[in-house]
Amino acid sequence: MEQNKEKTMTASTKEKVAAKPLGKPLDRYVFIENVDMEFRSKKGVFKALENINLNIQQGEFVSIIGHSGCGKSTVLNLIAGLTQPTKGNLFCAGREIARPGPDRAVVFQNHSLLPWLTCFENVYLAVERVFGSETKVNLDVRTHAALDLVGLSHAAEKRPNEISGGMKQRVGIARALAMEPKVLLLDEPFGALDALTRANLQDELAKIIEKSGCTAVMVTHDVDEAVLLSDRIVMMTNGPSATIGEILTVDIPKPRNRLQLAEDKHYNHLRSEVLRFLYERHAKKAA
Amino acid sequence: MNVVPIHQEILESSKEDTKPAKLQMVKTKAEVTKSTQILPIAQSGFTWGEKSKEIMRQLIPPVIGLLLLLAVWSLIAAQAQGLPGPISTFKAAVVLFSDPFYINGPNDQGIGWNIVSSLQRVALGFGLAAMVGIPLGFMIGRFEFLNRMTAPIISLLRPVSPLAWLPIGLLVFKAANPAAIWVIFISAIWPMIINTAVGVSKVPQDYMNVAKVLNLNEWKILTKILIPSTLPYVLTGVRLSIGVAWLVIVAAEMLTGGVGIGFWVWDEWNNLVVEHIIIAIFVVGIVGLLLEQFLIAIAKRFSYE
Repeated sequence: MEQNKEKTMTASTKEKVAAKPLGKPLDRYVFIENVDMEFRSKKGVFKALENINLNIQQGEFVSIIGHSGCGKSTVLNLIAGLTQPTKGNLFCAGREIARPGPDRAVVFQNHSLLPWLTCFENVYLAVERVFGSETKVNLDVRTHAALDLVGLSHAAEKRPNEISGGMKQRVGIARALAMEPKVLLLDEPFGALDALTRANLQDELAKIIEKSGCTAVMVTHDVDEAVLLSDRIVMMTNGPSATIGEILTVDIPKPRNRLQLAEDKHYNHLRSEVLRFLYERHAKKAA
Repeated sequence: MNVVPIHQEILESSKEDTKPAKLQMVKTKAEVTKSTQILPIAQSGFTWGEKSKEIMRQLIPPVIGLLLLLAVWSLIAAQAQGLPGPISTFKAAVVLFSDPFYINGPNDQGIGWNIVSSLQRVALGFGLAAMVGIPLGFMIGRFEFLNRMTAPIISLLRPVSPLAWLPIGLLVFKAANPAAIWVIFISAIWPMIINTAVGVSKVPQDYMNVAKVLNLNEWKILTKILIPSTLPYVLTGVRLSIGVAWLVIVAAEMLTGGVGIGFWVWDEWNNLVVEHIIIAIFVVGIVGLLLEQFLIAIAKRFSYE
């Protein structure tokens, strides 16, 4: 694991942390500092986020959970660089986040595959962009490896409308992972899937992340998903002016087994902690 | 009903002995073949009836409509003086189409030549309009500044009647043929510009987010996202444009003269051969319909959903 993490570091980050002992995961790998986010609309200024501070370690899996409309996707978009904060700063691997970049790959909620390209071409588009200097053969190998990782080699030549929702989402994950990102950003990645497919993909994702050792930030509204996958769960208060209410550390060793955990007292305790936050302290009135 | 108990017996006995198991296999095979034999016949008979019914359902309304048109036409022709009915028009058409490609001097050519020269003008004017209009539409859709810059010009010029452009064409080109092509160009360009621009602005934000996250360059965005995603809109624009072009050519040729279906209509009016005018109306309609169908076929070919 530790060695894997070393590999994902680029030269620039290595220089910056040269003073730190090697092998120790980097602190402040993703760092959000006093971030406010306002949206201007016809009705006036809407303050979505207020005073967000978050420090994510390298290799950590962090979930952001909250009621719909609390701005959790906005946090992810800020890390992705798709939107710029009104106030405050965001850093990734010591660099300020100014724009989207392939070091922060995003798995979108609705898979966002291009329907006119095959699965292979969809992944290849990302691979080509990041590793464009390599030979065509190498790019092909990388693309096939990514599809293989999510178990979709057989569907490489199919178009997105020819495969199931779960498979589409897996292609989305393959596209993100093929870029070998420093940080994997997942925006409700399994929200549109049925419960069984979701469970399967969660287990697969856990394995893949374990293998690659990359840092991950996932937005979710599924309590079980958050507890099962995360090292820490960031719980957000309701908007407007949403902020981080509490951060829960999930100290269950990995790999985790869904079935064993169902009976596990500590797991259920953590789960009820999140539920209590969401439905007691920060319950959302029905619209 | 009988099969089930036998089956059960065999199943039970097959646990003890292998011979009955074989028997069971045979039995089930027979069953399968029986059912597969029956099913296709029933199915094909079913679909055949369904198919012919479906064809009838598709055919009957348009046929009734056309018959009604002919009836109304005959009625009016019987009342009005000088207006030929369907039968005399059909007879004239037979004569006309028996020799479509004769040339008796510049002003007396067969119907085929007239159609061909009109189509040539449309192809040229429309082709030029597509070459200018589609890229322009892409740029207007992609760059907000350009959109705002061109919006007043487009709103000002688009509603202008196509023929109002003819004098300008005659003045600039000093010849009838380029002036007619110019009129086609200027009237066919708007639907392509507008539809392409709308298509580009309607590209789902998700795809643009993908482009941003992947940091695609402008060329990749154009070829991998904008063009495929906008293609249906572009083809709608093309379809509207070719419709407009074909509409306008008749009017333009009436004014410019030469060889062409529009001028032919005017010529036949001067000769008072009303049958030929009616034939021309049908010809214009049918050619327009064929152009439209051709483009719909292309559009279907490129739809990815």
